[in-house]
Amino acid sequence: MHSLILATAIRLLLPLMLLFSLFLLLRGHNEPGGGFVGGLVVAAAFALYTLAHGEQEGRRMLRIDPLRLVAIGLLVALLSGLLPLLGGLPFLTALWSSLPAPVIGHAGTPLLFDLGVYLLVAGMALLIIFNLMEE
Amino acid sequence: MESVLAVVIGGLYAAGMYLMVRRSIVKMIFGLALLGNAANLLIFTVGRLTRGRPPHIPPDGVVPDLPLADPVPQALILTAIVIGFGVQAFALVLIKRVYQTVGSDDQDQMTLENQERGGES
Amino acid sequence: MNDMLIAIVLSGFLAALAAPALYHFFPRWAGRLCPLLPLALFACLLTVAGQVSAGTPLIFSLPWIPSLGISFSLYLDGLGLLFALLVTGIGFLVFLYTPAYMGNDVRLGRLTGWLLAFMAAMLGTTLAGNLITLFVFWELTGICSYMLIGFDHEQEEARRAALQAILVTGIGGLALLAGFILLGNISGTMELAELLGGGDIVRAHPLYLPALMLVLAGAFTKSAQFPYHFWLPSAMAAPTPVSAYLHSATMVKLGIYLLARLSPVLGGTEAWFFCLTLTGGMTLLLGAGLAIVRNDLKQILAWSTVAALGTLTLLLGLGSPLAATAAMLFLPVHALYKSALFLSAGAVDHGAGTRDISRLGGLARSMPWVAAAAGLAALSMAGMPPLAGFIAKELLYEANVQTQVWSTAVTAIAVLGSVLTVTAALLAGYLPFFGKRADPPLHPHPVDARLWLPALLPALAGLLIGLFPGYFGRWLVAPAVASILGNPIPVELALWHGINPVLWLSLATLASGLCIFALRSPLTARLPIRERDGVWGAERLYNVLLDLLPRFSSAVTNRLQSGRLRYYLMTVVGVTVSLLAYTLINTSGLPSNLPRPDGGLHEWLTAFVILAGALMATVTSSRLAAVAALGTVGYGVALIYILFGAPDLAMTQFCIETLSIILFVLVLHKLPRFTQFSSPLSRLRDLLVALSIGGIMMLLVLLAISQPLPPHLKNWFLEQSLPAGHGRNVVNVILVDFRALDTLGEITVLAVAALGVYGLLKNRDGKGT
Repeated sequence: MHSLILATAIRLLLPLMLLFSLFLLLRGHNEPGGGFVGGLVVAAAFALYTLAHGEQEGRRMLRIDPLRLVAIGLLVALLSGLLPLLGGLPFLTALWSSLPAPVIGHAGTPLLFDLGVYLLVAGMALLIIFNLMEE
Repeated sequence: MESVLAVVIGGLYAAGMYLMVRRSIVKMIFGLALLGNAANLLIFTVGRLTRGRPPHIPPDGVVPDLPLADPVPQALILTAIVIGFGVQAFALVLIKRVYQTVGSDDQDQMTLENQERGGES
Repeated sequence: MNDMLIAIVLSGFLAALAAPALYHFFPRWAGRLCPLLPLALFACLLTVAGQVSAGTPLIFSLPWIPSLGISFSLYLDGLGLLFALLVTGIGFLVFLYTPAYMGNDVRLGRLTGWLLAFMAAMLGTTLAGNLITLFVFWELTGICSYMLIGFDHEQEEARRAALQAILVTGIGGLALLAGFILLGNISGTMELAELLGGGDIVRAHPLYLPALMLVLAGAFTKSAQFPYHFWLPSAMAAPTPVSAYLHSATMVKLGIYLLARLSPVLGGTEAWFFCLTLTGGMTLLLGAGLAIVRNDLKQILAWSTVAALGTLTLLLGLGSPLAATAAMLFLPVHALYKSALFLSAGAVDHGAGTRDISRLGGLARSMPWVAAAAGLAALSMAGMPPLAGFIAKELLYEANVQTQVWSTAVTAIAVLGSVLTVTAALLAGYLPFFGKRADPPLHPHPVDARLWLPALLPALAGLLIGLFPGYFGRWLVAPAVASILGNPIPVELALWHGINPVLWLSLATLASGLCIFALRSPLTARLPIRERDGVWGAERLYNVLLDLLPRFSSAVTNRLQSGRLRYYLMTVVGVTVSLLAYTLINTSGLPSNLPRPDGGLHEWLTAFVILAGALMATVTSSRLAAVAALGTVGYGVALIYILFGAPDLAMTQFCIETLSIILFVLVLHKLPRFTQFSSPLSRLRDLLVALSIGGIMMLLVLLAISQPLPPHLKNWFLEQSLPAGHGRNVVNVILVDFRALDTLGEITVLAVAALGVYGLLKNRDGKGT
């Protein structure tokens, strides 16, 4: 399964798709998008890259073990829920900064939560795909 | 349009269930995927359809510009889609492993074969 | 002050937890410390005896499940006091005796622990002030009894007996719980103190008879009444101290306690009278008759215990003040002489090495104190003046003679039972010690004081009660009788009632008992003596049922658990479809005011493509075509999401479909080709199953959309999204803010699925297959 066109195209597409996924994540609170779909775009990008260049190369490109990505994602989402506990608020209460930020509007713990979802979903899909491809 | 989708949902359930009760376990993966789609579509339809008005508040407005599509079923389905993928991947790998171990994808062969092989290892 | 009650109940459980450790680390001291607890509790109870006897019960209550009227409450009145004193008093003797009996057995700590737990559970049952509290402690005594009967769990016989006891009393216990719930519903309270005043309401209620039968089932199984009597003789597999404590003096009397306790609520009706007198009479005759044909000392005592329990049930059934007095006197008197006899039987076994009365004889010389204890107790059991047993038997006769209905019959039963009891008393308390020297001669060794003193003390107590009955009657018997009758009556006990018909009956009883004892050897020589007769009657039925149960369950399991996924699925689908169809037909029928099918051509086309894809996936014989069909369905569904205002869903679905296809491409060539295994007939069946679920789901959707959908939930989320969630994409706001806990759960599921796949794939490498 080696296609020259795919191999060349994906080299250019990979950074674009990753950028797009970040964009989806950040604007997801106001426009279509969000952590789930962002994470899936990351997974699709790396999956295509791995299809073209092989599993070893895909793993090298990702740099981080996908299992670790799953764990970090879950921890980040959990952390966003634990933060309000410090202020004596119930678990998972949303905290918001008062400063407006570009693209995302306001920054707050829901974004952190969405980031956790993004990492976890990407990690999950890649974990499965890398391991299947290894065989 | 809801009544048309009701027929589609019925068809998906029937096809999914038919594949799920096959003796060949490979077909079960396909059944599982069809049932997932059927369930998602059911939640979506029962929450009523609104053409082309996503549940987003316009950038310049403060109040929603009704009528909009119902966001609650959408939130339910969104996670269900991703979980469905996880389950499907798990089933795929599981069945592949079973096939490699047992050497058959006939459910009826499997119970006996498994016991014999389990005794050896 | 009333906190003392809870301390009395709980201290035993705490001690039970500590006992094994105590025996492990301080084996010398543990045996001396343990008897102190029951002794202290006994003293504690004596301090409040004056108050309780005067008619003021002690009450303690903690809310437990207030909404159901269930509280953890304790209630100490005259009846409870009598039982609690017996439990702690005989408990003291048993704890004194056990270390000497067991010797250096390493299991002593465990035995003591369970005995302590049992004592606490007994105290809890007799002091319980709420029906549910009572039930919980009641079952705890059953569990302790199970552990104690099965103490020698390496013996099959002990395990069998333990199982038998817990099954018989456990099933009775379930009936009892049902009876208690009925009682609670009838009277509107689970509190004993309130329940006792509501007897008239309960007796007039249409559910009175079911409640009575259920409670009686609990009481009769616990107190080994016919036809549930068989578990008690089997329970003799337990160590002798256990038999003395649980299976003669205390636990088996719980059924009697319950009958006495609920007498003001349930008693006084014809059903009560007939059930109790008939059952009691049967049990009395059966127990007494079988006691005298046994050769094992413990079996003789066990069967005569069955007879005594029958006597008590009979008396409570009669229900007159005199009968209640007789019962409440006979109960402690029996506990005293029977525990003395059991403990001396244990001493005999310990010293002479056998319990077979045909091999025992002349032991009085080598173990004089044991002989004194057993002799004294046997005299009480036979009803010889001036012992307590004599007064109890006089009262028993008097109560029977004065009964209005069936007077002759019940008196005859009581006399016959007593005659046989005299014989049993001679067999257990006279023959081994004062009978002919055995042949071949035994070589008994003397036993030390810790084995004979605990037997001698209750025997002496029987003598004391016999000599000073008035005092005992006023302080202990009268308050208990007051609890049974619901109002206090004067109780004047005396040894000498003058020369009256009852005295003649007593003398005749003694004489007949002696005759039967003298004739026993020639008689039993002709009768085949069986130590166990589990081959007939109720025990046979029990065995048959016990054998049938596993066979029945394996038959059911084999039928239901075929191990084939499709049959499970078909069962689930069949049940779901039937229930849904039934409900649909019975309630709203078919949807009527459906929205008319509308929509443009592109929408109809999308729907058609999805259906075609689904059909393709089912009929194709090519794996690749099936993957393509699945993709068609997925992208079609995504298109629906786009058309109807769900771009987030559509994007997610597109990504998922793409990833799914990559997944299939990676795995597909390692999967088997599609094969047709099923016959055309089973394919037809599957088709019917599939069409039924498809049809019912379609109907369900049609029905749902024909009803209006209240919009407030949708509107709430739409309106709150911006002000409360700071986001304009309401779907995302719901996911990461409003219902973030759900999402957290769902991504955890994803993580678990990923770990599952990882484990499945990595495991293979680990095995190196």
